Amino acid sequence: MANANAPATIQKKPAIEHTNPMAKTLLAKLDYDQLTNCMRCGFCLPACPTFRETGLEPESPRGRIALMKAVADGLMDPDQAFQDQMNHCLGCRACEPACPADVKYGQLIEQARDAIEDHAGHSAPIRGVRKLMFKGVFPHRNRLKWLGRSLALYQKSGLRAIARGTGIMKLFPKHLREMEQILPDATGKGVVERLGAVYPAKGEKIARVALFRGCIMDVMFADTNVNTVKLLSEAGFEVVIPETQVCCGALHAHSGEMDQARDLARVNVKAFREAGIEYIVSNAGGCGALLVEYDHLLHEDPEYRELGEWFAPRVVDVGKLLVEKGRIPDFAEPAAAAATKPVTITYQDSCHLRNVMKSSTAPRELMNQVSGAHYCEMKDSDRCCGSAGIYNVTQPEMAGQILEHKMEHANATNARYLLTSNPGCLLQMKHGIEKHGAKDRMEAMHIVDYLYERIGGKDGR
Amino acid sequence: MLDAALTQSLRQIVGDRNFKDDRQSLVAHSYDGTPMLQSLPDGVIYPESTEQVSEIMKVLAEYRVPVVSRGSGSNLCGGTVPVQGGIVMVMHRMNRIVEVDMENLTATVQTGIITAEFTAHIESLGLFYPPDPSSMKISTIGGNIAECSGGLRGLKYGTTKDYVIGLEAVLASGEIIRTGGKLMKDVAGYDLTKLLVGSEGTLAIITEATLKLVPPPKSKKTMLAMYKDLYGAARTVSRIVEAKIIPATLEFMDNPTIRVVDDFANLGLPRDMEAILLIEQDGDPEAVERDIGRIREICEAEQADRIDVADNREQAEKLLTARRSAFTALARLRPTTILEDATVPRSRIADMVLRINEIARKYDVSIATFGHAGDGNLHPTATTDARDLEEVHRVEQAFEEIFEAAIELGGTITGEHGVGLVKAPFLEWKVGSAGIGLMKGIKQAFDPNNLLNPGKIFAKETRKRVVINRG
Repeated sequence: MANANAPATIQKKPAIEHTNPMAKTLLAKLDYDQLTNCMRCGFCLPACPTFRETGLEPESPRGRIALMKAVADGLMDPDQAFQDQMNHCLGCRACEPACPADVKYGQLIEQARDAIEDHAGHSAPIRGVRKLMFKGVFPHRNRLKWLGRSLALYQKSGLRAIARGTGIMKLFPKHLREMEQILPDATGKGVVERLGAVYPAKGEKIARVALFRGCIMDVMFADTNVNTVKLLSEAGFEVVIPETQVCCGALHAHSGEMDQARDLARVNVKAFREAGIEYIVSNAGGCGALLVEYDHLLHEDPEYRELGEWFAPRVVDVGKLLVEKGRIPDFAEPAAAAATKPVTITYQDSCHLRNVMKSSTAPRELMNQVSGAHYCEMKDSDRCCGSAGIYNVTQPEMAGQILEHKMEHANATNARYLLTSNPGCLLQMKHGIEKHGAKDRMEAMHIVDYLYERIGGKDGR
Repeated sequence: MLDAALTQSLRQIVGDRNFKDDRQSLVAHSYDGTPMLQSLPDGVIYPESTEQVSEIMKVLAEYRVPVVSRGSGSNLCGGTVPVQGGIVMVMHRMNRIVEVDMENLTATVQTGIITAEFTAHIESLGLFYPPDPSSMKISTIGGNIAECSGGLRGLKYGTTKDYVIGLEAVLASGEIIRTGGKLMKDVAGYDLTKLLVGSEGTLAIITEATLKLVPPPKSKKTMLAMYKDLYGAARTVSRIVEAKIIPATLEFMDNPTIRVVDDFANLGLPRDMEAILLIEQDGDPEAVERDIGRIREICEAEQADRIDVADNREQAEKLLTARRSAFTALARLRPTTILEDATVPRSRIADMVLRINEIARKYDVSIATFGHAGDGNLHPTATTDARDLEEVHRVEQAFEEIFEAAIELGGTITGEHGVGLVKAPFLEWKVGSAGIGLMKGIKQAFDPNNLLNPGKIFAKETRKRVVINRG
């Protein structure tokens, strides 16, 4: 630089006394430095799924940042259209790798939703459900287990059959009905109940790592958690599952409940700090993406800041850890399946795994190592599938549109297995196959389950 | 506020879905890629056909409402900020490739198509459309035509103007004109095609373009040369051309840029170098080898401190990283990045870079320079903070002096970004008052009511030239 002069004292945020209370909160909560960092070059536009679907500037990251700044600057009120627009974002963060200026869009959208949530006049029933789920269920291990057992009872006892048969499900909106059909069998028995809190490494130990088991993950996808632990063990890792860990808080953060997300983060950083481990392994891109940002989340908490900074860089995706540090076992399709020709497999990136945890080559490397399988890259595999946390429940129309395009690409691969690495994406892919796919020919699976079941000699399915 | 009868007419032409005047649409079309400019339009319209554009223009002419036509709004001269309100016309919905004519080697497209999507299609057919502005992933062909965009391949292959051979455009009155055609020769009257290229949306709304295609080069080779002496690098540029070699790419980075890029990308670049040249040649393999060999000799003769020639594509990609990271690295330094495009005859590059560094020191601002050395087209890039008004004022003073220096060295205020709003006060320095008068006459002939992108190119008054006092 000819001269890198120190910035003088400048007004960091506009000194505006907003009369609109939500505008006031937005100005307070939005990181105005980040709003200024957006130079409006527009490089994010082609990366954004909602912009690609609609072609409308307000539906793009550049547009949404301009709207946030306009509210902060007093150029517009945070009216209903503004609030809807903030919720229309999938939060897939594909815009972040495309941004030359490194604008933290994911943080901005969460700050905006947090501010909106502070003033939201939810109807009483919605308020009740939000409180029940965010405060009453996700953070509480026992209640989740209870929910899992009840759901398992519902599914196994014939109650589900009765519910479906009597048409009571028709009382729910169509998209919720569709989702109910693809819910996996729940369980009240999580990974610790099944494997214990410490699981030894096979062969010489490479490192002691901890599993982040997740909340929904351990109820709805407990098998995947079990398989993750066993796969890590096969690759040479001793796995600890700290029992005091709680939900990561991602669903809270994405829905504007930042304070609750921070409370959960505080519990988690302590739980893992005490476990004496080198890595914190995540098998769900959505959870992992928040875990790697715990340093940012706890940045302003003097008591927990250091713990957050210890925690964040240790979080790693299971696939990346296997490829970079592990002894990768031999994976093979069962001889019968691959007798005449290799089994085609394809992959849908989890947006948060790819864009935030930056793990996109590792899963592909692993899939390419399965003998008897042929990995076929799906067109636009790096684009959001429309699941986006609970987006497919809150914004069914846009999610449906995105899913339809996704399944066109999936079907074009003619894959036997459509793999992914996040529970939300997995459900959405199952839903997609059910709705637009070839459900007799294609199956959606978590990449960990697929790989573990194909460890040399084991008979697949 | 727009007249209710007017919005009613516009909605009838394009349908409710394609006309917006809600607050968020207005805010989201109040800016473009230029820092620190914002002005709200009164409505936003998305036409789907030339006929709709024509109908829209008839209505706007009747109500005397201004219109700013645009693609993705990624320009850097304030060219699509609606400073006088009115309608922003977004051309994205008109994005069809009408025809690729393999016999005449031409492509006809609607102007809302994204440049990169167009070139990808053309390349899949084994053909080549050379203009490659850095924003091509998001810019539209229409935007490229309006600004006459350049890019990295300008030296050998020319810029957008060299590939546009026919246009369909809608006049301010709503009449539709067609210029040129699939013709390599056409001297029937004034060359309206070339006149519309680079007219920044002020003369007509361009709806369709016929573009010339060329066969792609068969091979390509990449090299990097580093210099402790800025003049050595500059002389290399002149010597290469003197040796009758026209490289496909001849890019330049100065010392401030090298430092920033190295901090950002950890490339291990030598930080004491005053200049890096990135050179690429394409064509038949033997010719490429011969040219690169000759260029290497010239670099050595001009005392290049280090020369890296890539043996394969992978190594070439590595060499390209430094130049490709320049913009990103600079954009991350400070909140606001101001990228200009002062251009000089290529023999004056070293003088220009030294003048830029001198001016940056004088005004105590941070300016790094990179750009297209073969074209003499430099990108002095200031990194600042829009909220620091005092510093921004110094940056503006520095740029004023940079434009002045460019003109003094026989150059121009803008090589490829356009005049728009930002450089309007300086246009007269380049073209003179008679030139401005003539241009205004042309504008008057096309757009008597000043409805097409008003407030651009021509400033209310020309900036007084700074008297440079070197003592």
